[in-house]
Amino acid sequence: MAGLELVSDAGFRADGRRPDELRKVRARLGVLARADGSAYLEQGNTKVLAAVYGPHEVRGSRSKAPPDRALLCCRCSSAPFAGGGERRRRPPQGGGDRRSGERALLLRGVLEGAVLGQLYPRSQIDVHVQVLQADGGSWASVSAAGLALQDAGVALRGPVVAGSAGLAEPPAGPPVALSDLSAAEEAAGGPRLVVATVAGSGQLALCQLSARLHQERLRPVLDAAQAACRGLHAVLDGV
Amino acid sequence: MLTSRTFVKRTRAGAVVKVVREHYLRDDIACGAAACRLCTPAGSGSAPGLEARPSGPASSLCPGPHFLLPDTNLLLHQIDILEDPVIKNVIVLQTVLQEVRHRSAPVYKRIRDVIQNPEKHFYSFTNEHHRETYIEQKRGETSNDRNDRAIRVAVKWYNEHLKKTEDAEKIEVIFLTNDNTNKEKALEEGITAYTCEEYIKSLTANPELVDRLACVSDEGKEIEGGKIIFPEHIPLSKLQQGIKSGIYLQGTYRANRENYLEATVWVHGDAEENKEIIVQGLKHLNRAIHEDVVAVELLAKDEWVAPSSVVLQDDGQNEEDIENEEEKENILKTSVSKDMLRPTGRVVGIIKRNWRPYCGMLSKSQIKEARRHLFTPADRRIPRIRIETRQADTLEGQRIIVAIDGWPRNSRYPNGHFVKNLGSAGDKETETEVLLLEHDVPHQAFSQAVLSFLPKMPWSITEEDMKHREDLRHLTVCSVDPPGCTDIDDALHCREIGNGNLEVGVHIADVSHFIRPGNALDEESVKRGTTVYLCEKRIDMVPELLSSNLCSLRSNVDRLAFSCIWEMNHKAEILKTRFTKSIINSKVTLTLASPEVRFHMDSETHDPIDLQTKELKETNSMVEEFMLLANISVAQKIYDEFPEFALLRKHPAPPPSNYDILVKAAKSKNLEIKTDSAKALAESLDKAESPTFPYLNTLLRILTTRCMMQAVYFCSGMDNDFHHYGLASPIYTHFTSPIRRYADIIVHRLLAVAIGADSTYPELTDKHKLAEMCKNLNYRHKMAQYAQRASVAFHTQLFFKTKGVVNEDAYILFVRKNAIVVLIPKYGLEGTVFFEEKDKPTPKLEYNSEVPSLTVEDTIFHVFDKVKVNIMLDDSNIQHQKMRMVLVEPKVRQPKISKSFFLFIRSNMISQKKKSRFQTHVNIF
Repeated sequence: MAGLELVSDAGFRADGRRPDELRKVRARLGVLARADGSAYLEQGNTKVLAAVYGPHEVRGSRSKAPPDRALLCCRCSSAPFAGGGERRRRPPQGGGDRRSGERALLLRGVLEGAVLGQLYPRSQIDVHVQVLQADGGSWASVSAAGLALQDAGVALRGPVVAGSAGLAEPPAGPPVALSDLSAAEEAAGGPRLVVATVAGSGQLALCQLSARLHQERLRPVLDAAQAACRGLHAVLDGV
Repeated sequence: MLTSRTFVKRTRAGAVVKVVREHYLRDDIACGAAACRLCTPAGSGSAPGLEARPSGPASSLCPGPHFLLPDTNLLLHQIDILEDPVIKNVIVLQTVLQEVRHRSAPVYKRIRDVIQNPEKHFYSFTNEHHRETYIEQKRGETSNDRNDRAIRVAVKWYNEHLKKTEDAEKIEVIFLTNDNTNKEKALEEGITAYTCEEYIKSLTANPELVDRLACVSDEGKEIEGGKIIFPEHIPLSKLQQGIKSGIYLQGTYRANRENYLEATVWVHGDAEENKEIIVQGLKHLNRAIHEDVVAVELLAKDEWVAPSSVVLQDDGQNEEDIENEEEKENILKTSVSKDMLRPTGRVVGIIKRNWRPYCGMLSKSQIKEARRHLFTPADRRIPRIRIETRQADTLEGQRIIVAIDGWPRNSRYPNGHFVKNLGSAGDKETETEVLLLEHDVPHQAFSQAVLSFLPKMPWSITEEDMKHREDLRHLTVCSVDPPGCTDIDDALHCREIGNGNLEVGVHIADVSHFIRPGNALDEESVKRGTTVYLCEKRIDMVPELLSSNLCSLRSNVDRLAFSCIWEMNHKAEILKTRFTKSIINSKVTLTLASPEVRFHMDSETHDPIDLQTKELKETNSMVEEFMLLANISVAQKIYDEFPEFALLRKHPAPPPSNYDILVKAAKSKNLEIKTDSAKALAESLDKAESPTFPYLNTLLRILTTRCMMQAVYFCSGMDNDFHHYGLASPIYTHFTSPIRRYADIIVHRLLAVAIGADSTYPELTDKHKLAEMCKNLNYRHKMAQYAQRASVAFHTQLFFKTKGVVNEDAYILFVRKNAIVVLIPKYGLEGTVFFEEKDKPTPKLEYNSEVPSLTVEDTIFHVFDKVKVNIMLDDSNIQHQKMRMVLVEPKVRQPKISKSFFLFIRSNMISQKKKSRFQTHVNIF
């Protein structure tokens, strides 16, 4: 089993972090002049750009617009140079591959829980997220979208941040929950829990678990993911 | 806390991909020295690290207090030295640790165990993430050079860092490397550096350590002296190309036990042709050692040879007898007919060495004061090994362990170093150790890491444990075991329930509650696979606290169990089956007059109990029947629940031809044995009685077991034949002995998931991993059985050593072309008796395969004939003692000198179990 050793005996991860430490975070708001709101977020080597247009009138068929709240349109894409297998097997026509589509769907789910949609009936909010560089943490797009929405002045229940956590099971010693997985750690094959929180309300807007996880171990991993969200929120608050 | 980060670029094989990884450098990594006040130890209760006042061994080279810092190669080659309790206070750099991990998994595991041992004071320093010790690879610098430099930078940093501690005594860090250029560079940079040899030799108080040095450094020196004996090995990259293009064949090298100049290579893959390649002659064998994975090149057809039947033992003491060797090689080339020729090849390179430490004895050099000696391994397939030692006098006559370090081209024998002295040969403890090592039975004490997963004492059942558990403490449960049994893993209960039916429960120790998947304890148990029972010793699969205490279902204590409960009517028809995790309180531990005694050793007299008088007790078969029932019920349940990854046990039906010998033998006594089905066989065996020959039935049963196949574990998703022939059950598994078999633990886990008492984990639901595990378990069981037999054989020898020559009745079990196999009922001892012997005229032998019978001169031997033999111990070769037998009756007319035959016997005990239990089918299944 010569895979990646997630945590060394000395208690460090492969990139030198301790299990509970996040990667370096950098963020900027209003990076795109023509969008109503935009944000650029770096989490480690993951770089994401998000733009928000709206709220504006519903375009296209009006019938799909709900009468009582805003219509959220989300689109995710990744740059050809993003790496990390982000654009492999992409269909030749634009419109994104399956993974991007899936991510857009998730993003919409999260944002619908955070945006106070009833304030914008019969209008549409477009959220576009592009991954410029991928190094694990596709959930950075959620945090970036949240920032861009704030930048656009859309009413939110609270700032939206997402974080992840995994579980390392060193051969000696108890399993350790790891906050904020990098691409290499994700590829190591352990479970991965992605959590999005609406910071003000303390509620979970998304909780996605890949791979099986022992029920008894869910709690520490969930705690680590929430801690990652809190840490990220603390940093983003200062932007 | 995050100080800086850099990018590391990498390319992978195949497509060139630029991978960018973050690399955080920190300023909070402690140096690990207890005396250091600058570093705050990371987290309380972390590893103790280096001592404040290093109490290493006294060294004449560096008298002051010091820490050692080895480089990668040193750690890889000299791990034996580093493991010695004398060596303490060693800094293991992360760079070194990572390199070791890539290059040798076993060494990596060993060094980690050492680091975790608090008494050794080893500290692993994360230098690659330390702000001041991280370095980037320079342009044009190979990664090896970079790592060497990183190590030197770390040494330098340590020295400067320790100066700052302002302690009265300065602690020095000593860099150990066997690489001369690296050492020179270190010295230039002002680092104290020594080679391992220099340092170890300077340890004036511990001269014995020198022997444990691996002599890899010698390789360079020896190139000058001595002529080249062996052709060069082709490098691995070229080998792989050659294998792909079919020039070379890859296979496992198996040395011939009888002839050291011959070996067979079992080619991997499923090619029909050239499956087995013969390699003959020293040069063609080309330094390959038994079990290595090698590449061979086929020779042209006219150079092919036939397997020789000559027995050749390597007994040359001198290394210069190469000519002598060639002579010997010529002996092999006897002229044979064309159809005897087999594919022949030569070893061109080694793909993977599978060296392990070998047991054996020292053949002391004849030259006085010599330090180089040859070591003769107990396994004849391993060549003799040259070692350097100063304690030859003390090691003579002792069983020792030696590891191979290398085999230079100009050396007749591989070089090795002394690892451990096991004790004097013939000694009981020593021989037990040897047979455990030789049968690859892991028997070291459990490591700290493993023990750390044991429950803390005093242990009691908590609320948490009661989740998913039924309280069955009110039931009258009892266990039935042989006397002296401490690992009780099964208990029973039976009671009337209101509706006129019976409730019967089998309660099995809940070992899987204590052994959680994936931790060190679990990994150690799966590695051991089974508890090994030797004559006077038990090698536990799980630590004693579990096996003899917490898991053992002793009476009048609350114990966790896994219960299988049936509702039956009075005709013993099962109406309902259910499984539950439970908590029980056994009311009484019943013992039965042991039917399992096979070789009860009296410590005074070594007297084996007369095996024939013991009969199977009914209690025992009752327990057995219920266990079988539980196993079958559980097998069905886990298979229904997990058709893809249930761990089951099968016993393939033997091919009908296997029974030929049995049928023929029975026929010669006018008995008929039907072999169309297991049932017909059992019935005809029951009927096969002879009033004049009461022992015949037992003999027939023994013969029957020999016709059978081995039962094996398998994963249900990887096979479609589930039938258990011996039990005549369509499905079977092992559930009832989790304390001594790992397979049962897996079955427990599967069953627990099936009833919702536990959750799965990734490995459990991966059929490939499960299949792999089955392979290991089958191997361990086989080896445990062999070790058991070897132990019995050894004790038999001990017994006969004191008895001298014994005259006993024996029965012929098999008749071979040049030998008979006899069984001595009194001792349950079995041996092969050869009629041909070196330096003696061969008697006229005539073999008739139809009857079968063997005619030696005028005497005819049939299966089941009664003979008389003399048994004695042959200890002419101290490493390979064996039983010898002399045929007394009937007297065979000698061709010439009528001296008694010396017949060799391969001693082999047949356990009472096998004989008496065949009907209830336990041991072999």
